[in-house]
Amino acid sequence: MIVAAIKPTEHLAALAFAGRHRPRVWEPAPWIFAIAFYFAFPNYLGFGTELLVTILFALSLDLVLGYAGIITLGHAAFFGAGAYTVGMLAYHGIWNEPISSLMLAAIVAALVGLGSGLVLLRTQGLTLLMLTLCTMALLEEAANLGHEYTGGFDGLASLPIPPLLGLFEFNPLYPRTQYLYVLIVLFIAFLFVRTLIYSPFGQSLAGIRENTLRMHAVGSPVRARLITCYTISAAIAGIAGGLWAQANAYVNLTTLSLDRAAMVLIALILGGYGRIYGGFVGAVAYMALAHFLAKLYPTGWQLGLGLLLVVIALFARNGILGIGEALLRRIRAKHMPQ
Amino acid sequence: MIKRIIVATASLVFAVGCAQAQEVKVGVVLPYTGVGAELAQQQDRGMELYLKMHADAIKPYKITLIKRDAKNPGGADAKIAVQELLTQDKVDILAGWNYSPNAIASAPIVTAGKKLAVISNAGSGHITNLSPYFVRFSFSMWHAGYAMGEATVKNLNAKTAVVGYTDFPPGKDMLASFKRAFEASGGKVIDEIPMGGAGAVPDFTPFFQRAKDKKPDVFFVFVPAGDHSSAVVKTYNALGMREAGIKLIGPGDITQDNKLQAMGSAAVGLITMHHYNVDLDNLENKQFVAAWKKAYGADSTPDFMAVGGYDSMAAIVHVVRTLKGKIDTDKALETLKGWKYNSPRGPIMIDPQTRDIVMNEYLSEVVMQGGKLVQKPIGKIDAVKDACKTLKVGPCAN
Amino acid sequence: MILGVDVASMILGGVAAGMVLFIVSVGLSVTMGLMGFVNLAHGAFAMLGGYIIVLSMNYWGVHFLPALALGFVVTAAVSFAFERLLYARLYRATELDQVLFTIGLVFMAIASVTLVVGPENQQLVLPAMLQGQVDLGFTQYRTYSIFLIAIGIIIVVGLWLGFERTRIGAQIRATVDNRRMTESLGINVDRLFTITFAFGSGMAALGGGLGAEFLGLDPQYALKYLVYFLIVVAVGGLGRVTGVFYAALLIGVLDFALKKYIPKGGTLFIFGLTILLLLWRPQGLFAGRAT
Repeated sequence: MIVAAIKPTEHLAALAFAGRHRPRVWEPAPWIFAIAFYFAFPNYLGFGTELLVTILFALSLDLVLGYAGIITLGHAAFFGAGAYTVGMLAYHGIWNEPISSLMLAAIVAALVGLGSGLVLLRTQGLTLLMLTLCTMALLEEAANLGHEYTGGFDGLASLPIPPLLGLFEFNPLYPRTQYLYVLIVLFIAFLFVRTLIYSPFGQSLAGIRENTLRMHAVGSPVRARLITCYTISAAIAGIAGGLWAQANAYVNLTTLSLDRAAMVLIALILGGYGRIYGGFVGAVAYMALAHFLAKLYPTGWQLGLGLLLVVIALFARNGILGIGEALLRRIRAKHMPQ
Repeated sequence: MIKRIIVATASLVFAVGCAQAQEVKVGVVLPYTGVGAELAQQQDRGMELYLKMHADAIKPYKITLIKRDAKNPGGADAKIAVQELLTQDKVDILAGWNYSPNAIASAPIVTAGKKLAVISNAGSGHITNLSPYFVRFSFSMWHAGYAMGEATVKNLNAKTAVVGYTDFPPGKDMLASFKRAFEASGGKVIDEIPMGGAGAVPDFTPFFQRAKDKKPDVFFVFVPAGDHSSAVVKTYNALGMREAGIKLIGPGDITQDNKLQAMGSAAVGLITMHHYNVDLDNLENKQFVAAWKKAYGADSTPDFMAVGGYDSMAAIVHVVRTLKGKIDTDKALETLKGWKYNSPRGPIMIDPQTRDIVMNEYLSEVVMQGGKLVQKPIGKIDAVKDACKTLKVGPCAN
Repeated sequence: MILGVDVASMILGGVAAGMVLFIVSVGLSVTMGLMGFVNLAHGAFAMLGGYIIVLSMNYWGVHFLPALALGFVVTAAVSFAFERLLYARLYRATELDQVLFTIGLVFMAIASVTLVVGPENQQLVLPAMLQGQVDLGFTQYRTYSIFLIAIGIIIVVGLWLGFERTRIGAQIRATVDNRRMTESLGINVDRLFTITFAFGSGMAALGGGLGAEFLGLDPQYALKYLVYFLIVVAVGGLGRVTGVFYAALLIGVLDFALKKYIPKGGTLFIFGLTILLLLWRPQGLFAGRAT
């Protein structure tokens, strides 16, 4: 009963642990920034929309990579599954109402996640990496071969997406609706993921990541937890893919490509995985740099981007947020009363 | 004081107004990085070369190119580039598009943006139907494929063919167009072999061995311009298909001009149908090739991609001069519909109905002349229209 | 008889393709097995070597074999410098930081080659004696494929001897099996890794040059075949020379046969097959054996 003797209010570590899930002062900042962006840069909303979709995609990857420790290079399989669900239903005139289409995208992607998770999550390391990659490549080739339904490499163009809630038109030239729509969906998904990772379920995921054997030993259903997490993450990636298809009124094979999977992985590592905001920071850093460097220097921008990745990998641990945390720790250490 | 400010502002507005009348901004979207970088370079150089060669004709107008990287064939990056060119840079004319998917994905924005959009490459047949502002100065896959199907029977007296194609839409278009014309003329396609995707060059040996086993009269191969063509010719040669009596034929992508010399004697005897090769005998082409070599070095050779860029810029300059620097999209379109022009590829015209190009197709054979490979003309079809739209095939029907 | 020739040509073609895969991938497998270092820039070293080989032939008229040697030496030297100056800083970092670092290197390599040499494909012109066909008695076959098979066999025998019969080979095997134990025996694992890394990159350079005839050579090379190299390493097992060899041959031949007989399936089969193989033997087909 020693534990009971220390009240949470008296013990710093316990206090921090009990209050971890509470919103911190700075947490509204990214959202305020996102809304400010909408008003400040009306001509950049196409880029902004793509950025928000990538953040949502990175968030879903963070759930499996950062929290459950599943290293995957095939996450675009779910992004593509969602995108093609929305795209094929709309193109073939079956269903195109935006919000319910997103739900369907989430369900299809979750099923793909559940199915592949049941089979693949028995493995680890390089084997798992290659298995996820090959599964995605398999889906990509299947989409290519089924070009009568999927449009193959050229994709399905000019998808008829009706106005959101029957009110807000998706304008291709000034994608205001798209931006706000994606922002709202991102916010909801973010709240969900945030709640999830601070729940007992999220704690057990972290436990599995840190020490799988011990979690087995304490009787935690490790595999079931991993598969559940993988499925949830797949559903969110599917929503991201569905949003992408709706915002662009377009879907093609690159939604299932290694390029997309690798890009989001790089962005997440760059930002710092396992920190929920890593995807935000990483996607903004990666995409903004790529976008503006490419504008300045269309043929050589990859040099600058590569340099950023190399420098961050060499001089920071756990990405940009890692640098921030290290700095913060130093400042705190200086100001901490002895 | 107030009066002075008004005068100053007015003169400023006037100055800006004048500058705008003089300057025409053209947004260029090409894949400057990634697998298409080489092709983008050819097109970019073609555009720049036109501006350089005709600098006097362009005065007093100023054409500014704003270049954006389309990065990959994913659609989204090209689309964002187009959107920003329209809303931020306020360009007067759009140009470029290498990968068809990018042109297809950009179509709704081009329509919404209401600006003339000159396509310098993307060759999927139906693209010009997707937006009323698209005008194409490159080709449709059906141009060469359909013409070759007819010529294979008429000029080469072949009865059977195997078709090997890179498995993406241009390849499928090429297969469909060749097969349709070839079989309508009395030939028979006895095997169709998809040969991997466009992204990476596969080892062609298994596909070519399969084709060799079928013993056709001709082996029609389509691979995208770029890395693939030399591997095709090398494999054809190394498997002894020539000795087996199988002719290698195809659209000009397999004898792409800037790859041809490196293929060496292996390429002798190849027969292609295309709208351009560097050896075409006309004044415009001679001037174009000479200027190219002067600007980019004797080792550098322009190919049909470069001509696509060159002609696109010729069209833009024509529009700018006709409209005296004030680009109104509808007037610009009217200017181009039915426009005739002597390109390095010979006389071309824009079909007023489809806004697609009408041009000659040349049947050529690769021969060795003075230690150099040359494409010898062995046939010509005048004023070829995009058969995909004439015959209303698939999505071209709309 | 016709069938026999058919099967023979299929096996020859597949084995030749497999040899290229083997030569490029073997270095990747050994370095990943030794240090657990995820080196996605391995393809960039293959590209560097390929460029040195092809450009030295085209511009300075170096012959094919000396050019291969040059490519090996220069690439090994460059990778040695990279390993000491940069890679060594990341041995204790997580796999994901290593991924970030090596992908960054790949981007820089692609951009540098595009800017310095140009975006176009570089043409390898083989010496006349390697072009065309050779008579094997029962059939004619592509001379270069036979050459590749011969080179591949020489290399695998050489590597096998090196691994089995030399001191450094024994040290590498020991490190792959149990790195901590090896270190505690006083073997300098860092030095071992530097040597292996440089050697593996040199091999990749050879592969880049030898494979250019089939696979072409352009700035995207660093990225576009990486998946195939990784598949071979995963199927072969980490740090296993003979494993990688058999895996490369198996994938080469199967891929060739499937492309020839069922071209309509595209890459469906090769990826499906990899999944099945990896599910069947997650540690690689040839794991659990010494080399």
